Amino acid sequence: MLDWLYESAAVTDTEVRKLARDPTELLSRAVQPVLWLAVFGQVFSHVRGIPTGSLRYLDYMAPGILAQSILFSAIFYGIAIIWERDLGIVHKLLVTPARRSALVFGKAVAAGLRGLVQAAVVYLVAIALHVAIRWEPLPMITVAAGVFVGSCIFSTFSLVIACIVKTRERFMGIGQLLTMPLFFASNAIYPLDIMPDWLRGIAAFNPLTYLVDALRGAMIVGGHSVYGDATSFGIMLLVFLLLLALAARLYPGLAR
Amino acid sequence: MAATNNTIAIATVDLSKRFNHVTALDRLTLSVARGQIFGLLGPNGAGKSTTIKILTTLLEASSGRATVAGFDVAADPIEVRRRIGYVPQLLSADGALTATENLTLSARLYGLHGARLTTRVREALAFAGLETVAHKLVRTFSGGMIRRLEVAQATLHTPEILFLDEPTIGLDPVARRTVWERLQQLRHSQGMTILITTHDMEEADVLCDELAILHQGRLAVIGQPEALKAQVGPEADLADVFAHFSGAVIEQEGYYRGIRQSRGTIQRLG
Repeated sequence: MLDWLYESAAVTDTEVRKLARDPTELLSRAVQPVLWLAVFGQVFSHVRGIPTGSLRYLDYMAPGILAQSILFSAIFYGIAIIWERDLGIVHKLLVTPARRSALVFGKAVAAGLRGLVQAAVVYLVAIALHVAIRWEPLPMITVAAGVFVGSCIFSTFSLVIACIVKTRERFMGIGQLLTMPLFFASNAIYPLDIMPDWLRGIAAFNPLTYLVDALRGAMIVGGHSVYGDATSFGIMLLVFLLLLALAARLYPGLAR
Repeated sequence: MAATNNTIAIATVDLSKRFNHVTALDRLTLSVARGQIFGLLGPNGAGKSTTIKILTTLLEASSGRATVAGFDVAADPIEVRRRIGYVPQLLSADGALTATENLTLSARLYGLHGARLTTRVREALAFAGLETVAHKLVRTFSGGMIRRLEVAQATLHTPEILFLDEPTIGLDPVARRTVWERLQQLRHSQGMTILITTHDMEEADVLCDELAILHQGRLAVIGQPEALKAQVGPEADLADVFAHFSGAVIEQEGYYRGIRQSRGTIQRLG
């Protein structure tokens, strides 16, 4: 187990160093949540077309936009994996005795840390727009944990797709195809209650729904979680473990 | 399962690989003695890279058997990986990291810790002649520097066997000779067995104790360079040997992916 953690940490360390040297992606990814909160959120707050109880719509959607920012960023993580394959870096990693699950987990943890930085950016935007944020330690830790696990889930999902499609062109197409359905088939910008039954059924199988639910309960004043933290985090961790096992199995195929 | 013959570093018996309807490797049987530099020659698509990928556990054979350092590649891949180093044809050093960071990552994945890790990284930088640029990003390096770094990376854990897939492709003559010197140094100082794939006849002639020529996935001939040349004629060179035994010339044939890969590597090496 210690060896496994050591190998994972080696990969995470490398990924974090690369991210720290080139933060342009982080900055470019920050633009989208700004637009959603500042434009879409502001406008829909005035329309009052979506029932959000006593919450302002902008407050209601802030956790959804945080989750969306995590999803949109992590889902394209696979591009970097395909790039590493094209460069031969994947081949080099796979001939080492390091466990495949450790290599994949190390990358997921790096994506989780990147997600935390993105969350900080979304918080800054939310503060600027006077979103009622909870600053108590426990809710903050819950948000950080949700962002971390959510990033791990979607980056590993992205890695699985990369292992299957193997080319950047195909990956871009699939990535675009997946992000919007995942986003709209969740509770990110409207409550589950107003969804038609078929969409609510799909949302129940969407990990983004549980991420948003956990964030909504912890991030904003007056927000509440429908499922409860134990259920949301339990489902997210289960999904992550399943994806981790699948990715570890598929990852060696990248070198073939 | 450990092999009993300690003098043999690599052995394959009827090793085959099929991709759908294409047979990339067809019943390859050969053995490489410990301490040898062994060359696998052939044009693009001959089966060189497929062979090396099977021997380094990156690819599973369709049939046949291969042992590396006494371990079956299919049954004991982890034991094989502990005992080998691999320099792929593609540029595997990460340009977004420094030389030290690249080496440290490999050292950690091979299980090196603490003082041993620090020492081995320092020795590897000296071996590659990169001490003065240890903390510079690899993307600023020349092709020769990157290849030396990759050889150093692949040998950090002092493997018994080193595999190199066309390591000097795209390098200028000076850089090529520097890489050759490092490989000969490894063989002499550590008794390392080296298996190298190439379609460079000069490289095969200078480096290899023994070589095998593959053609369309099959073993065309195997032997020592001088013996093979003597078989063909008194004035024959290795290009003549290749033409004689395979009925083809170097650079003929090949598959789209392999050619694209080679050209990509050459382009990145500048």
